[in-house]
Amino acid sequence: MKLVAEKRELSSRLFRISAPVISIFVALFVAGFLLLAAGVNPLQAYLEIFQESLGSIYGLSETLVKTTPLIFASLGVSLAFRMQIWNIGAEGQIYMGACGATAVALFSGIESHLLMITAMFLTAFLVGGLWAGVAGALRAVWRVNEVIVTLLMNYIAILGVDYLIYGPWKDPKGFNFPLTAQFSDAARLTEYFDTRLHSGFFLALFCALVLYLFMERTVWGYEIKVIGSNPKAARYAGMRTGLAIFAVLFLSGAIAGIAGFSEVAGLQHRLQHGISPGYGYTAIIIAWLAKRSALGVVIVSFLMGVLLVGGDSLQLSWQLPVAFAYAFQGLILFFLLASEFFIHNRVRLIRGERHA
Amino acid sequence: MAMTTLLQTRHIRKTFPGVVALDDVSLSIAPGEIHTLLGENGAGKSTLMNVLTGLYRPDRGEILFDGVPVQFSSPGDSLAMGIGMVHQHFMLVPAHTVFENVLLAIDGVPNFFSRRKFQQKVQKILDEFALDLDLDTPAWKLSIGAQQWIELIKLLVRDCRLLIFDEPTAVLTPQESARLFKVLTRLRDQGKSILFISHKMREVMEISDRVTVLKKGRSLVTLPRGEYDENKLASLMIGEDQIPMWIKPACKYEELALEIKNLSVRNDRGLADLDNFTMKLYRGQILGVAGVAGNGQKALAEVLTGLKEATSGRILAGDRDITDSTAKSSYIAGIAHIPEDRKTIGIAPDMTVGDNLIMKNFNSRAFRRWIFQDRAAIRRNAVAKIDQFAIKAGPDGNPIRYLSGGNIQKVIIARELSEKPSVLVALYPTRGLDIGSAEYVHKVIIDGANQGMSTILISEDLDELLKLSDQIVVMFRGRLVGCVDPQTTTREEIGLLMSGEVQK
Ligand SMILES: Nc1ncnc2c1ncn2[C@@H]1O[C@H](COP(=O)(O)OP(=O)(O)OP(=O)(O)O)[C@@H](O)[C@H]1O
Ligand SMILES: [Mg+2]
Repeated sequence: MKLVAEKRELSSRLFRISAPVISIFVALFVAGFLLLAAGVNPLQAYLEIFQESLGSIYGLSETLVKTTPLIFASLGVSLAFRMQIWNIGAEGQIYMGACGATAVALFSGIESHLLMITAMFLTAFLVGGLWAGVAGALRAVWRVNEVIVTLLMNYIAILGVDYLIYGPWKDPKGFNFPLTAQFSDAARLTEYFDTRLHSGFFLALFCALVLYLFMERTVWGYEIKVIGSNPKAARYAGMRTGLAIFAVLFLSGAIAGIAGFSEVAGLQHRLQHGISPGYGYTAIIIAWLAKRSALGVVIVSFLMGVLLVGGDSLQLSWQLPVAFAYAFQGLILFFLLASEFFIHNRVRLIRGERHA
Repeated sequence: MAMTTLLQTRHIRKTFPGVVALDDVSLSIAPGEIHTLLGENGAGKSTLMNVLTGLYRPDRGEILFDGVPVQFSSPGDSLAMGIGMVHQHFMLVPAHTVFENVLLAIDGVPNFFSRRKFQQKVQKILDEFALDLDLDTPAWKLSIGAQQWIELIKLLVRDCRLLIFDEPTAVLTPQESARLFKVLTRLRDQGKSILFISHKMREVMEISDRVTVLKKGRSLVTLPRGEYDENKLASLMIGEDQIPMWIKPACKYEELALEIKNLSVRNDRGLADLDNFTMKLYRGQILGVAGVAGNGQKALAEVLTGLKEATSGRILAGDRDITDSTAKSSYIAGIAHIPEDRKTIGIAPDMTVGDNLIMKNFNSRAFRRWIFQDRAAIRRNAVAKIDQFAIKAGPDGNPIRYLSGGNIQKVIIARELSEKPSVLVALYPTRGLDIGSAEYVHKVIIDGANQGMSTILISEDLDELLKLSDQIVVMFRGRLVGCVDPQTTTREEIGLLMSGEVQK
């Protein structure tokens, strides 16, 4: 007896839509056992996740605050995915973007709010872009695998930022904590409704719209889609694939870099250790789940935001470790991947041997 | 005529979203016959094969095998019953030897056969059909023809009773095809049934015991040998549609369009694909290139269209050197045979027909406004081209990979010619096209010549070469070994040149 998986004809639309939904419920179900093991009533916990993240103005605003960097980073990652380029380095690009924006905020001495914010934005964009562009250039010229390069450069970026905030950029009045001085008011994004929700969120939505138009309506988006679908055909049609690889990785990193800008200018108002608790990695999951759509990125980022905020509250009220939130994310991804497999394959049990 | 049947289909219907691929197909296959399926591009031949091998499940109708109704839910099921298909995209492990690849076809072999005994069985098959295939050669070293043998052997060791071939000869040289036919005939004589698809009439006439004509997803008639001839089959297939007519102008040899000087190309294995190749092409000329496949024709097409880089030598357009220039792609266009596996250079498989049609001129004023694409213009262009080339494109927004092989090829031809290139490189352009479409492509090439387009027509079909070319050159081992005038030459002369005899 053995199990075999066979490719199948595209399954029914109903199944394709219901499979991911079912898989999220299965993930909730399995995570329930983890909660039980930790001595927590799962139903109560799930109820709390939703209440805390969506049930009040404050909760909702916190969710949107977490959603903001996720949208930026995932847009960046998914742009590269469209061309079959795997940018695993959004995390590092966030740090570099934050670092660039901070440099402007601390040292430029610009006083006008608008000018300051614009300069910070552009610097973050450029620095994040160049950081990823290194991988792009290596890939375009010498065919160095971009997965490895972007991944390894994360460590350099994170440690580099640590060096700055433990060393030269450390706030002299900061009681020796690893953080820079606070930004001046000119370098802070507007906040709304007495919450931490800042204009970075709306910038993220706008960015999603721009990226959608870029992919679906412009000649460059067309080019990216052709290269992603068949690089050989693209080269044959006279498209410069090397240049496109560099450009797309640059843009991908630049958008992730904006996440760093939005975090320091909108939320933390300084550069400090651990400004991103892994948004760049979560972004890979989000980009994958959202398939190819910018709208999908926004929706999935929001769902992840709910999980993050809900997870935080579980930590507080039941003293669950942070690891639980990650385990939960992992389970969801696992079951969604599984559902993808079942959509494309049929699994059967075969008795006995077919061939003598 | 009382015939037993091995396989019978009754009123099979299969639809895809927006497309009726098979409408009503009934046919029966007897043991020990070679049964040919004939039909226009998009008539539903490949779909029918996929239904018979369990890849697709029919919406309606039934399949009887040995008189018993059967339902296949996967290729594994039909294979277990003895129905096997030689796929167009061969599923071989390149690094494995021939024998290891055959072993892979059988699950659980090591438990039952000793390797040795099994090897003898495979060797026996090889001997029986006089195939000179070394079991220890790695698969990547083999020609396409030899790879096809492995696929066939995989089915024979599993004792398949019905063997299905979807356009097997589209990728074979005439010599290889001739050998395949010998093997098929032997298999038939041993009592195996063979279901065969081809667009080449000459082959169909030669090998079939019965022919079933498929038109627009319906089985029209089944005729036994003797009750059909080429004309009858053609008119059944095409019906009312007309075969286009054309008159060929004579080339004036006045203005040079392209000059290739001492061009050499090395392949991945370091061997010379093109060896000091020199050639002149005039404006409005149709230059036929004959030769046994694998003698550098593909490399020639690839350097000219920019897919390969030349190791040395020059390509000149007038007095402009375009050897390494990106401008090459707007001066030279290329069309080529599209194998059924669709993973080819010509298309972006996940994109729509409309998007594929503008791939080479997406940047032109006609299809964009500033940085934005003009979706309306792109759609108008698609509608016009689909109509002009009679492309069966399915519903709007259908990704091109869902089109039939011949129809994908028509999309590429339509696209390449829409830019009015100065030079057209046509690599086996009519392989895989039905006769009506092939004639239409011929007409387009001739019309182009009338307007000054020069064509390098690479083909193995001597009839096609003799009919269209102003001049025929012959390639052998990456070199030009001869040049003949189609008006005065003979098939024998070209044949000799193709085998490497140097011209006097
Ligand atoms: N997976 C699919 N999804 C949607 N439409 C399909 C699919 N497969 C085939 N079709 C459509 O069904 C029709 C029949 O296609 P099929 O491949 O069977 O043609 P064919 O007779 O093999 O043609 P050709 O001679 O060009 O190979 C075509 O119109 C094609 O577009
Ligand atoms: Mg076909």
